[in-house]
Amino acid sequence: MPPPQMGLRTALVRTMAFSDHRAQEDLLKKTWHARPSAGRVLPKQNTGNAVAESDNIIVETAEKIFADLADPQTINHDKKDAWKAPLWQALSDAGLPLSWVPEDCGGSGADLADGFALLNAAGRFAVAVPLAETMLAGWLLAQVKIASPGGEMTVLPASPKDKITLNADGSLSGRARGVPFAKVAKHFAVLAHGNGGVSIVLVDAGQARIEAGLNVGYDHSDTVTLDKAHAITIKPAPRGFDQTRLMLMGGVARSLQIAGALESMLDISVRYSNERVAFEKKISKFQAVQHNLARLAGESAAALAAATSAADAIANAPSFNDEVFLEAAAAKIRCAEAAEKGGGIAHQVHGAIGFTSEHILHRYSLRALAWRDDFGSESHWAVELGKLVANRGADELWPLVASR
Amino acid sequence: MTAALRFDPIRLPEKCEQLRKEVRAFLAEEIAAGTFDPHKPNREDTDVPEFSRKVGAKGWLGMTWPKKYGGQERSFLERYVVTEEMRVANAPTRRFFVADRQSGPVLLKYAPEHIKMDILPRICRGEICFAIGMSEPNSGSDLFAAKTRATKTDGGYLVNGTKIWTSSAHIADYMIAIFRTSPPTKENRRHGLTQFLVKMKQPGIQVNPIGQITGQYEFNEVVFTDFFVPDDHVLGEVDGAWKQATSELAYERSGPERFLETYYVLTELVRAVGPNPDTRSAEGIGRLVAQLHTMRRMSVSVAGMLQAGKEPVVEASIVKDIGTVWEQQLPHRVRDLAAFVEETATNRETLERQLDFAIKTAPKLTIQGGTTEVLRGIIARGLGLR
Repeated sequence: MPPPQMGLRTALVRTMAFSDHRAQEDLLKKTWHARPSAGRVLPKQNTGNAVAESDNIIVETAEKIFADLADPQTINHDKKDAWKAPLWQALSDAGLPLSWVPEDCGGSGADLADGFALLNAAGRFAVAVPLAETMLAGWLLAQVKIASPGGEMTVLPASPKDKITLNADGSLSGRARGVPFAKVAKHFAVLAHGNGGVSIVLVDAGQARIEAGLNVGYDHSDTVTLDKAHAITIKPAPRGFDQTRLMLMGGVARSLQIAGALESMLDISVRYSNERVAFEKKISKFQAVQHNLARLAGESAAALAAATSAADAIANAPSFNDEVFLEAAAAKIRCAEAAEKGGGIAHQVHGAIGFTSEHILHRYSLRALAWRDDFGSESHWAVELGKLVANRGADELWPLVASR
Repeated sequence: MTAALRFDPIRLPEKCEQLRKEVRAFLAEEIAAGTFDPHKPNREDTDVPEFSRKVGAKGWLGMTWPKKYGGQERSFLERYVVTEEMRVANAPTRRFFVADRQSGPVLLKYAPEHIKMDILPRICRGEICFAIGMSEPNSGSDLFAAKTRATKTDGGYLVNGTKIWTSSAHIADYMIAIFRTSPPTKENRRHGLTQFLVKMKQPGIQVNPIGQITGQYEFNEVVFTDFFVPDDHVLGEVDGAWKQATSELAYERSGPERFLETYYVLTELVRAVGPNPDTRSAEGIGRLVAQLHTMRRMSVSVAGMLQAGKEPVVEASIVKDIGTVWEQQLPHRVRDLAAFVEETATNRETLERQLDFAIKTAPKLTIQGGTTEVLRGIIARGLGLR
């Protein structure tokens, strides 16, 4: 781990410099890493684009690490998950899990936009380590300048339905379900409600009772029970910071990951359709297959557009207003829908082989489905967005939609 | 990478928001003056010439064109704002919409200078209406099957044949049409079609209105009998229209009109539901708004690509595919939710009347301007499948 004061960019440059040259060449050959400029529009200063301008060293570094240490074919055949520790170590050495933590809080001090781009890249590789979770935990702690400890973290609660209580004696109580990677986290960043309002709290994972579970993508999704748990640090949340904001931030992170997974699903589905022969021709030549893949491209594009727009809105928002709420809630809703529709098409194109555990497709399709559930499902956000729209009134709907 | 279709999250610049205020104020005035009723998308008088001239006087037609042709040299993003505000208000744009969106840009690119100087300023003033002569009785999506012939004669061409489903032909002053000037070749079946500017309301052109299932008469059959078109009305390359068609498509297919045509029923549903919706209404509205928001962000992004001088044909096709399927389903989803609206909702009758019209409108949305099947073919080509 680089010393905190080194800063993310320095650390990344160092990582790149020491990296294996051959591995870099391999990286370039891997088709899904290329970021063609076809859709790139305006210069950065005009677009305010938070995510799509991903030609940055953070994403490059992350993609190189993923390609080297989390190649989907390789890890899919690794029944013992031996790949996870080296991957986490490499990500940590590059300072990536603490991207959103300022340098004076022990992190790498990347801006929000770079972190969002990193999450999108993580989605393209469907990585099953708590990168997003540790980033979110570090971000939450940084809101009140609590320094991030090293190692894996996750956030509590991870659902709008659960509440953690800050007791009068400074201990924490409550139960949080569906907490991603709680089982492997060393620390929890907790948003808790007490008599004095909302607080942000750092807790040692050893203080919690954890019932391990798996989500539909076979990743840890655990129930965490705090029963008068001892806190390491407690600080009152900044004014206006509440659980909704944490849930929306988590939701946008998941949206970017889903969009990334869909990009990869589109890519491997198109490739497969150009290889697989049936009825004496490539299945990509059948119009029915072409139209299915066109729909998958549309779902993938819609998910990416919704997620990157929301990330851009959060990264540049002067305040957390209705427009940002619309962006973030809409992203989670639309990306979740795309995960279902797009993932379904990817499987249909692959036929039986895509349904096997040996094939990598499920690494993306099932995770994209699982990510729908974290930080509020699309049903939850649809109700909340619908209430907001109804409350503003019919004639205020269009001004809200046309606000950016 | 096979695809990586990026829709960068561009934000509309500040001057767009100022313009938006001006457009809203103008529309509010026109509504107050009784020029049109925003709650009545099913009016019969969709052609309102004085409204067209007022919009022209505001400088909102041909906004992106050079000033010497009457334009304003403003950006596509500014035009986007005007278009979406007009559409959401159900403003009567029929007279000028096609000319502003695509006929003008075609003339700018391919017409001789004296014709540009003659016609473009009149489009900008909102004085003239355009139709598009593409489909024929046996040539719809398959554009290159067109048979209407333009035969070379002294100083021009004689046109014989029939165009069909031609929107606004009954009020149009001009049509931009493709006619067959040569037979297709073995190597290229798209060869042999030429784009022409046609002056309507002349002997040799007969326009027969065709009733639609909505009860409106927007489209027509247009019969040409030895109709003379002068040489200087050829647009672009003789026999080479197929090369010119594609760039038009990005303009035609990505705009806000590709997902807002039935939007009014959503507004009216929100009004009927009131400020405290039940869970089912809230969830239904929330999803529809999330889908709408996403499409608009994609569509704005394409406007940004056009502004940057790109030809985002595949991206535009995606917007139209997703957008038209959505606006087609919208009346039915709104109907699902409207079933639970209280009988006492004050706008119940308006909502029901609007739904009635939107449900009848819906089937055309995935057909006009390129069917869903054609669009998916274009997207598939972009993915490297064809």
